[in-house]
Amino acid sequence: MLREIRPAILILLLLTAITGLAYPLAMTAIAGAIFPRQAQGSLIEKDGKVIGSALIGQEFKDDKYFHGRPSATSAPDPADPTKTVSAPYNAANSGGSNLGPTSKALKDRIKEDFAKLKTENPAAPIPVDLVTTSGSGLDPDISPEGALFQVPRVAKARNLPEARVQQLVTEHVQGRMAGLLGEPRINVLALNLALDEVSK
Amino acid sequence: MTVIGWIQVLLYCAIVVALVKPLGWYMTRVFSGERTPLTPILRPVEVGLYRIGGVDEKREQHWLTYTVAMLLFHVGGFLIIYGVMRLQALLPFNPAGQSAVAQDLSFNTAISFITNTNWQNYGGESTLSYLTQMLSLTPQNFLSAATGIALAVALIRGFSRSSMRTIGNFWVDVTRCTLYVLLPICIVYTLFLVWQGVPQTLGAYVEATTLEGGKQTIAVGPVASQVAIKMLGTNGGGFFNANAAHPFENPTALSNFVQMISIFALGAALTNVFGRMVGNQRQGWAILGVMGVLFLAGVAVTYWAEANGTSMLSALGFSGGNMEGKEVRFGIVASSLFAVITTAASCGAVNAMHDSFTALGGMIPLLNIQLGEIIVGGVGAGLYGMLLFVVLAIFVAGLMVGRTPEFVGKKIEAREVKMAMLAILILPLMILGWTAVAVVFPPAVASMANAGPHGFTEVLYAFTSATGNNGSAFGGLTGNTFFYNLTLASSMFVGRFFMIVPAMALAGSLAAKKSIPPSAGTLPTTGGLFVGLVVGVILIIGGLTFFPALALGPIVEHLAMNANTLF
Repeated sequence: MLREIRPAILILLLLTAITGLAYPLAMTAIAGAIFPRQAQGSLIEKDGKVIGSALIGQEFKDDKYFHGRPSATSAPDPADPTKTVSAPYNAANSGGSNLGPTSKALKDRIKEDFAKLKTENPAAPIPVDLVTTSGSGLDPDISPEGALFQVPRVAKARNLPEARVQQLVTEHVQGRMAGLLGEPRINVLALNLALDEVSK
Repeated sequence: MTVIGWIQVLLYCAIVVALVKPLGWYMTRVFSGERTPLTPILRPVEVGLYRIGGVDEKREQHWLTYTVAMLLFHVGGFLIIYGVMRLQALLPFNPAGQSAVAQDLSFNTAISFITNTNWQNYGGESTLSYLTQMLSLTPQNFLSAATGIALAVALIRGFSRSSMRTIGNFWVDVTRCTLYVLLPICIVYTLFLVWQGVPQTLGAYVEATTLEGGKQTIAVGPVASQVAIKMLGTNGGGFFNANAAHPFENPTALSNFVQMISIFALGAALTNVFGRMVGNQRQGWAILGVMGVLFLAGVAVTYWAEANGTSMLSALGFSGGNMEGKEVRFGIVASSLFAVITTAASCGAVNAMHDSFTALGGMIPLLNIQLGEIIVGGVGAGLYGMLLFVVLAIFVAGLMVGRTPEFVGKKIEAREVKMAMLAILILPLMILGWTAVAVVFPPAVASMANAGPHGFTEVLYAFTSATGNNGSAFGGLTGNTFFYNLTLASSMFVGRFFMIVPAMALAGSLAAKKSIPPSAGTLPTTGGLFVGLVVGVILIIGGLTFFPALALGPIVEHLAMNANTLF
């Protein structure tokens, strides 16, 4: 049994060096050379400044932008670091609400968002993704229905014809992969960037 | 539920099944020491490792030596993780300036990663430096997976050998598994993930000014290289807190689909390795058949429950299922499917928050782990777990017909059944024991995020996940407390090693037995009768053990939900 001690130390150290240093560092170098944009986080720049990542949702509150889903992420409370405060779309601390199907807190939150959305567009049914938080709190997408629901508000805020905004939404629908995998969706940041271009 | 949803499920199953034979062929060659297409490149590295490590690859080990070698290997792994976490503030590759990780959290995390659990009481992007992720967590992702596979192969040798004292060499099995199986796949897989959008950089977190003028700090890092092995090795520990729900870990429907395949790929192929090594591939398919029956039943229930949604959503007129805690790009079907896969295997990565699933939708992941994660299971661990149930099922069948039970030419006698039972009884002891303690200990109760039966389920899920070495969570539970850090670590440790030791004892005693040819009285173990028998034994044991606890948690919550009772 004693002769197992030497490999227990040396094989461990060598395999740790291979898998924990050589492998991730080599992959960083290779990936950075082949896919430089993705390796850095698919960042989007505008006028030389980073405005976000194509894959990470960001908070939109202004009426003239399409809004993403509610986000349950939090950040440390600046006043008391042992506590946290709500900080939607905090991309340095991902997470979901973790509220269950019989949670009163969840029902109160959904009812509040429901009431707000009803005043915005009383005629249309509200898509479920607009009142539920995502698992990461950073969901970059909404459903096509979720975008169409917001068209009247956005068009009004921007003084654009609804048909024009609706057309923009339709252009930005990403379908299922190969018509099969995943769900149809719209990247909110990409849609809002296009919207800014149109309104210019 | 939709037709296109079920097509995705069936396409998934078809691809996993199609990979079984080629991967099984390749792994059988690797563990038999035969030549493979990668031998010319990797053999010099392998020989170099043995030379420095003082390993004689021809010298095989008795089951006890094999087990001791495995345990020693893990002592070192534990020390590396614990040391790097405690010292990360002083070490390089720490652009976000993360401070040293607390003692109890480091202890919990070190146990978590050496046991292939990857339970996360920490938030990756808010707690760990890049060096900690790369140097302490990534290697254990590889090595705990390689260990699981090595142990499964050792147990297979127990079945396939006749009158032998040894079951292989642990160092050779672990080294070959890491070099020939895990690393090559991970290299290709990492590049695929980066192509899909997973970051792989050592650069600092990005400061962005959003379109509305707000500030957003975007956490990045060497993500892809870790995500690849966390999936392939059924580890499941995410680079980020939100795990595979985070768009940087799992950016597209395609990356999600491939990640789901990679969770099952090696575990499913090991059934074929078993078949090949005992000289009857149909035996491997029969075991995969048992897994398939249980898997599809689980998918159906969770998919149905999630698509149906919750009573609070339908009361307000919402349709489209329970989207709380789910990502739009995955939707209901890919989230439900992922949840069942990750708990059937002992992966524990999540692409949606299980805590927000419906009561029944969340019960299936819980039950999958409680049944012992034998539906494909963790790489290696799933197969040896399943073989324990097979031993038991064969024993029960033997009792029914009054003959000495035998399986693939080995007589199953008192010692084998004792070892199998010992390993199987460890699960309920830790799960139910610690849950009972936690629900009467006020500081532990205070960690629950949800009230009512859902809070109880959070605690039950935590100890189930830890003991089963799964690592997924009902994430609302605040696990980073002194009580949970220690009790969960003990569950992970006992759940892993107290199952492994009896399984290896079983391997040793089987290897020492003579192989006997099948006779007219031998129960055929490749047909539907055998599949039904094993499924029955699994459900009876799991059901009898855990039904009372499930009744207090998800079952009563489902009834409460239908009665519109909120907590």
